Amino acid sequence: MLSLIGIVVVVVGFMARMNPLLVVTVAALVTGVAGGMGPVQVIETFGKAFQENRYVSVVWVVLPVIGLLERAGLQERAKTLIGQIQAATTGRLLLLYFVVRQATAALGLTSLGGHAQMVRPLIAPMAEAAAETHHGPLDDETRQSIRAHTAAVDNIALFFGEDIFIAIASILLIKGFLEQNGILVEPLQLSVWAIPTAFCALAIHGTRLMLLDRRLARTLGAR
Amino acid sequence: MIGLEVLYVIGGAFFAAIAVLSARDATNPKRWKNTAFWGLFAVSFLFGSHLPDFANGLVVIAMVLTAGFGGLGLGLPATTGPEERRESALRLGNRLFLPALAIPITALAGTFLFKRPELAGLVDPKQATLVSLILGVFVALAIAMPMLRAKPITPLQEGRRLLDTVGWAAVLPQMLAALGAVFAAAGVGTAIGQIASDWLPSGSQLAAVVAYTFGMAIFTMIMGNAFAAFPVMTAGIGLPLIVLHFGGDPAIMGAIGMLSGFCGTLMTPMAANFNIVPAALLELKDRNGVIRVQIPTAILLLLANTALMYVLVFRF
Repeated sequence: MLSLIGIVVVVVGFMARMNPLLVVTVAALVTGVAGGMGPVQVIETFGKAFQENRYVSVVWVVLPVIGLLERAGLQERAKTLIGQIQAATTGRLLLLYFVVRQATAALGLTSLGGHAQMVRPLIAPMAEAAAETHHGPLDDETRQSIRAHTAAVDNIALFFGEDIFIAIASILLIKGFLEQNGILVEPLQLSVWAIPTAFCALAIHGTRLMLLDRRLARTLGAR
Repeated sequence: MIGLEVLYVIGGAFFAAIAVLSARDATNPKRWKNTAFWGLFAVSFLFGSHLPDFANGLVVIAMVLTAGFGGLGLGLPATTGPEERRESALRLGNRLFLPALAIPITALAGTFLFKRPELAGLVDPKQATLVSLILGVFVALAIAMPMLRAKPITPLQEGRRLLDTVGWAAVLPQMLAALGAVFAAAGVGTAIGQIASDWLPSGSQLAAVVAYTFGMAIFTMIMGNAFAAFPVMTAGIGLPLIVLHFGGDPAIMGAIGMLSGFCGTLMTPMAANFNIVPAALLELKDRNGVIRVQIPTAILLLLANTALMYVLVFRF
């Protein structure tokens, strides 16, 4: 039970808005010591785990080309393009992105989206431009809220689309775990049961996006 | 064979370049902190596989001490202003989308091609997607550089501009993954599974389903990752109660249980790559801005998952 002290460190640290890097490191060191490791062994375990998870950070290599294109006006071009389409509202645009992202994730094409490659350079400026077309210039608070919505759409559509694909990591994990416990299931049996939740996600979040349009119209008025 | 090691060299070279460019940027009041932080990260990328574990641990701790007190600074690489960007966008038109779309298209094509038997041995099949994504970056640069007549240093400076806006949060997902490993080694998962099964409401089918779906969501919020929560919660509640005691279907339990965990992922800063990093990338003032937007959907969807599991799991 003593090993749970690291979780307390994490919760308190995040709530106190301390620097998360510090919080995580302290939590790791405390957990290791409480779990019976010596100081050297804890640092070794943490260092080894950090090194083995470097692949998580490789994705930052996309930033130079995204920055280069932003410099040349990619966001402005995305705004112009969406501003020309009268039917494009923020909510509808995000719903369209949701459907495309969820459908492609369900086919295993999870790399088609992403915050650095897709949301920041293309989707976020488009969502802002659609709001500007219909409601005029945006105040800062509205702009922030729209941006947060674009990131949320990418996440929710991905999470509740990818499990329909049979070879995704989470499906293989479930299959492997059940197998260890003597229960054999085919990946297809699992992915089929991800479909009802996928439709719920679409219905729930789609409704919220339509409500976002109404909120924008109410607070900002028509142009 | 092209695998993770090659990607680590590319990443290390990028972070090393960021460190050097930060050192030369006098507009950044904390430039030496930025230099130290990205320089240490470059060391981890370039030499991490060959350093002893203890040295790797010290590199991480040095990075944390550099960024943990007072944060990193914001460099001001020369870039274009809003007016220049509008003009450039007008001049280049839709051609600008070509390099941007080249990244996902290459990532997709590569993922399929590198797994074909004719190309076996060229790329590590386990890393085909990541290798293809980075390949996509180079394809995009090959299209964009001549089109924009950019100097070789320009993409690195623009990359530094973006990386500085993300700041230390760029390393947080990897740190959390490492924390998960320490948690696992110290037996945190088993301890939580113990608590969950001690508190277990043994009475009704509904109580078992609620304990499992909500337990998955809450434990995922703590660990930041549904993959870490799944084995613990399923061994503690899902298998013994829903499947063995009440005769529920294991496939439905597993599938909807995992998706209940994903509802937790939407609500926690511990899932930094989905929640904290995009807030930084989109320059949100509120670090938890993305989470705030996600919470209503996550809660409704968790209730939907609970209802779905209760209705379906004992019926098939």
